[in-house]
Amino acid sequence: MIPAAFDYARASSLEEALRLLREAGPEAKLLAGGQSLLPMMKLRLAEPPLLVDIGGLAELSGIRLEANELAIAALTPHAELAGSAQVAEAFPLLARAAAGIGDLQVRNLGTIGGNLVHADPGSDLPAVVLALEGRIVLRGPAGERVVPAEAFFLGPLTTAIEPGEILTEVRFPLLEGRTGTAYVKHPHPASGYAVVGVAAVARLAPDGRVEEARLGVTGVGLHAYRARAAEAALRGRRPDASAIEEAVAHATDGVEVNGDLYASEEFRAHLCRHHMAQALREAVAAAA
Amino acid sequence: MEVTVRLTVNGQPAEGSAEPRTLLVHFLRDTLGLTGTHVGCDTSQCGACTVLLDGRAVKSCTLLAVQAEGRAVTTVEGLAALLPPEARVEGLHPLQAAFWEKHGLQCGFCTPGMLMTAADLLSRKPDPSEAEIREGLEGNLCRCTGYQNIVAAVRLAAERLRAAGAAAVGGEAALAAGAAAQGGAP
Repeated sequence: MIPAAFDYARASSLEEALRLLREAGPEAKLLAGGQSLLPMMKLRLAEPPLLVDIGGLAELSGIRLEANELAIAALTPHAELAGSAQVAEAFPLLARAAAGIGDLQVRNLGTIGGNLVHADPGSDLPAVVLALEGRIVLRGPAGERVVPAEAFFLGPLTTAIEPGEILTEVRFPLLEGRTGTAYVKHPHPASGYAVVGVAAVARLAPDGRVEEARLGVTGVGLHAYRARAAEAALRGRRPDASAIEEAVAHATDGVEVNGDLYASEEFRAHLCRHHMAQALREAVAAAA
Repeated sequence: MEVTVRLTVNGQPAEGSAEPRTLLVHFLRDTLGLTGTHVGCDTSQCGACTVLLDGRAVKSCTLLAVQAEGRAVTTVEGLAALLPPEARVEGLHPLQAAFWEKHGLQCGFCTPGMLMTAADLLSRKPDPSEAEIREGLEGNLCRCTGYQNIVAAVRLAAERLRAAGAAAVGGEAALAAGAAAQGGAP
């Protein structure tokens, strides 16, 4: 399978990439690792007239530890997230989720930025970025803006990014206090995408009660979401079996649950509760 | 619109003309005549088309030839040459020799991709467990062997590479040499 013909331009700087996008109009696409875009182009589900290749831009590469956050540049491949000691130390759930994406070859090319703007409803990283309250940095003709993860994912393959904008990095506030994290996933046996994926961050008070729980869920709805009702049900409680069971009863509150040949709506909602409980138990154990 | 693609293939400078939409696998096979890299599923599932890009395994059916501009590509034809002669087994990369000895192939269609992915795996994990090998080869499908002998072959190759003190892809130096031959950094 060969993609439909397109024009190709390799950007030598972020500024040039922005200019090329501006001149080309909204149909042009950015090419980074290409692990989501090229398969769609080969199936002719996407036929962009122009690809702007930003894959070689050093200014969009690297992981930086700053005072109170970890900044991960857009072109960081999943293999680097999975193998980085810095990521594993700060956010073990991010390393774990990245290690479960696709396969080794896909992880070598696929990037965090490409993954997030593609916004597949079964993609792993959106759940993690939500639970970590990542802030997504977008550069456009009018300069830079920062979008909180929860305002970024809008629908299947749809995000808050505007035509002409480039996702440059994701900034993750470092975790404080007695905090544990987990990512638990039920992968589709053929595709590896998350049928259900739950990212959990749990911060415990000195007396062992939950000060804050943050839950990002992917695979279940039209886009990844924060399970706010489940989070609220845990706040201030001891994270024992009954508290967790009561919380996960709210796992899909307000969400239109996907159903397909592999998992009906009912079964997927069940998997979501089950995996959320497991993620919470692991996060609490890691915090204790 | 055709463009000229210049890259390093198996340590040698190579160039050819390609449409931007030309996939690397077709460029390698049809333009450069390197038919060791196979087209299997053509949908980034099976891994038969796996090559090394700057030492890392990638699926060449899901990469444009133009994306490899200025970079170092290694195909199965160049696998053994990544190692110094003393680390080879009768001229073969220890992975190739081990696949032969352990019957890690039957029809052989998936083998080039298996070898290239295994080379990346061993360069990260010189002593992988069976589970790590199976996980590392997750992106390569074999319809003949049932994988058992592939895993045994990778373990044998890992042992031999460790005994020879060699890195599976010849280390950064070999790749840098490839890139230098092209006259630029990867």
